[in-house]
Amino acid sequence: MPVKQIHLAAQLPSVQNTTVWSDPRSESQIEFDSFARLARTAERGKFDFFFLSEGLRLREHKGRFHDLDVVGRPDSLTVLSALAAVTTHLGLAATVNSTFNEPYEVARRLATLDHLSEGRSAWNVVTSWDAFTGENFRRGGFLDEADRYTRAAEFLETARELWDSWQPDHVLADAGAGEFLRAGAGEFAHRGRHFDISGRFNTPRPPQGHPVIIQAGDSPQGREFAASDADVIFSKHSNLEDGRAFYKDVKGRLARYGRDPEDLKIIPSVTYVLGDTAEEAAERAVEIGRAQVGPQTALMLMEALWGRDLSGYDPDGPLPDVDPLPDTVVTKGHTEYRKGREAAVRRWRELAETRGLSIREVVIEVTAKPTFVGTPRQVADSINEFVQTDAADGFIFVPHLTPGGLDDLVDRVVPLLQEMGVHREDYTGPTLRDHLGLKPPRTPGAARNATTGRPAKEIS
Amino acid sequence: MTRLHLSVALDGTGWHPAAWREPGARPADVFKARYWADLVREAERGLLDFVTFEDTLGLQSAAFHLTDDRTDQVRGRLDAVLLAAAIAPLTSHIGLVPTTNVTHTEPFHVASGIASLDFASRGRAGWRPQITSRASDAAHFGRRTTPRLTSEDVLDSELIAKRLRELFGEAREVVEAVRRLWDSWEDDAEIRDAATGRFIDRDKLHYIDFEGEHFSIRGPSITPRPPQGQPLVTVLAHASTPYELAAAGADVVYLTPHSREDTVARLGTLGRALAVVGRPAAEPLKVFADLVVFLDDEPGRAAARKRRLDELDGAEYASDAEIFTGTPGELADLLLDWREVGLDGFRLRPGVLPHDLAAITGGLVPELRRRGVFRSAYEAGTLRGLLGLPRPASRYAPTGATGVTL
Repeated sequence: MPVKQIHLAAQLPSVQNTTVWSDPRSESQIEFDSFARLARTAERGKFDFFFLSEGLRLREHKGRFHDLDVVGRPDSLTVLSALAAVTTHLGLAATVNSTFNEPYEVARRLATLDHLSEGRSAWNVVTSWDAFTGENFRRGGFLDEADRYTRAAEFLETARELWDSWQPDHVLADAGAGEFLRAGAGEFAHRGRHFDISGRFNTPRPPQGHPVIIQAGDSPQGREFAASDADVIFSKHSNLEDGRAFYKDVKGRLARYGRDPEDLKIIPSVTYVLGDTAEEAAERAVEIGRAQVGPQTALMLMEALWGRDLSGYDPDGPLPDVDPLPDTVVTKGHTEYRKGREAAVRRWRELAETRGLSIREVVIEVTAKPTFVGTPRQVADSINEFVQTDAADGFIFVPHLTPGGLDDLVDRVVPLLQEMGVHREDYTGPTLRDHLGLKPPRTPGAARNATTGRPAKEIS
Repeated sequence: MTRLHLSVALDGTGWHPAAWREPGARPADVFKARYWADLVREAERGLLDFVTFEDTLGLQSAAFHLTDDRTDQVRGRLDAVLLAAAIAPLTSHIGLVPTTNVTHTEPFHVASGIASLDFASRGRAGWRPQITSRASDAAHFGRRTTPRLTSEDVLDSELIAKRLRELFGEAREVVEAVRRLWDSWEDDAEIRDAATGRFIDRDKLHYIDFEGEHFSIRGPSITPRPPQGQPLVTVLAHASTPYELAAAGADVVYLTPHSREDTVARLGTLGRALAVVGRPAAEPLKVFADLVVFLDDEPGRAAARKRRLDELDGAEYASDAEIFTGTPGELADLLLDWREVGLDGFRLRPGVLPHDLAAITGGLVPELRRRGVFRSAYEAGTLRGLLGLPRPASRYAPTGATGVTL
């Protein structure tokens, strides 16, 4: 059986406590140079894409702006458009919310990024439903939680209709004949539950047809959405066993949508620490974990989980014996802490009891344990084992430093993966779909041909 | 003599609808970054203050207020903010001023997008907010209806302004909200204080609590204060209500006078708008005039070229702005004549790209420089700096605040 090629991607370390901003090597989180440096490093490592997250309201803890992590970031699509000018092959993936935007505008902005980058754009489709974020928008926070996937699905379907409203041969630019475009190019009409729009789309078909679609949800609905509609799914399953179970489950959902297992790439988000020896790497991992979870951060994350003020507790002491307030939210804009808090508290307590850990040690264990720790050879082998044993198709690496955090991975691990024949020596095509080995985008509504996977109307 | 400010308005293959059929035009490239990069780098070689990028939320049309289904003119666009961002790393001094719609978009996203452009360009971002009343644009969003212009309205800019008064009022709110969002982080909000574990001083971030007639926004922005503090806000205005929008919220206004006398008249109307909104004298509004230009060195040639293009298009090209045909020297004469009555600069709309842009940078600019009214090197690193505008303090900063008041 031939070996699988590993898909490598990178994310700018941003507003999570993964980012160690206090390190002297940590530079600006907002200046363009930081983004350019990281993106160029990823491109030097022949990565598939560079990814930016999004948040539309600054986080608040106990009614005040959260100040312990990096705060503030640029608009994803704007900075990625600028990165298109300083990179040549790297995919550029933007997170764009489907709740606080409208399909026409998002579709044309993504089509624009795809044109500007000549086929390197991707869209991580996210949804929110909270009134907290809605306070920054005309439309406010109105969406029922139950509607978030139906709106996201219809939003994406509508965007695909808009991209499909121009075919590749609709721009003629034929000066002699005096025909710039085909009559009717861009015509569309969508009548649905969430969107009732019609007219003419004003950006020609993106070079990739459709940008690559990324989905990050782990819930059953999120998995189903990915199986029916996405090209890439992010997951958080970063141990082999969970990874394989997730992989099997998600890939198993594809057939009912007429899709093949390789049509959806499973790419978990991971962290890593390298050292010249295994011991050195382990020591560095401890140091980095302590920098990622300072005493204040430990208490803050515990308060978020408990839903109450715990500022009187010693971060180096035992977990509080008071019970969490499951219905009280003290941290807003932090998606992880909305649901499943009681189970998480039980898990924290179990961990503290069985291993005798302090508050800070538990928080480090739970939130700041790197996925891969070891020598470059060990890390390369682990990465490869994950992929070859179907626990993942690749990884999105989140370094802990901006902008130099990817350097050691690209300089020391990537060459080993290339030697092993599981990572490209150079790009073989110009588009992100080429890097990911994806088929041309499907056209909604068109019957799919079972053998080629292409829409029937394209081959008839 | 004070120097003249000069900018160029980029749109498609030029402002004449038949420009794309000219031999030097690149109609097949208008959706590619390198086409636009070539144009902006040419403008930067000419040391122009800034370029503007047009944008709309629907296909271009020959009629101001209605769609058409013509196939013999350029149709289709790229998003202007993203286009400007893609050019930012390829240029170093010239200002980049994209247009965004403010009728169907979210002000919060617009503020963050322009601030991000300011970061990507290291302080060279501007913004041109624009309203739309086209029913077809509203149908692309399906969220609201907008007042409709009649065929009589479109012949008179005062009638347009009257019919669209509410949209202009809303635009004024958008500009105010966006400016507040740009100020919502004080400049020194990021402290990286390892001792206390704090990345920011939370007291230096501010809710904007904007409550308008049309929308409300809590804030603060997700993006820190941009390099210029306040990116340059520019407004194209033809009549009283839009003049008030410009007077209340803009750093630069583009007028569309048709003669020196008309310039005087329009400046008078603008002056009344400044008084109505109570803009302080300490915050001068820079006034530019828009002109569509067809330029050739040989006398008569530009006019003949325009006539030929008109024939190709099947109609005489008309514009809201005065259409100039002539030599670069004649244009220099006109600019210096009109500016005497109180203009700070001009925004030239090249009839044909790249021809008329090259005539501006290669003909007009050297002529103006010879007359001592145009720069021979960029004298500032930011767009506000090129226009001689100070970097304002955040309105939320506690002491010494001299921020722009709206």
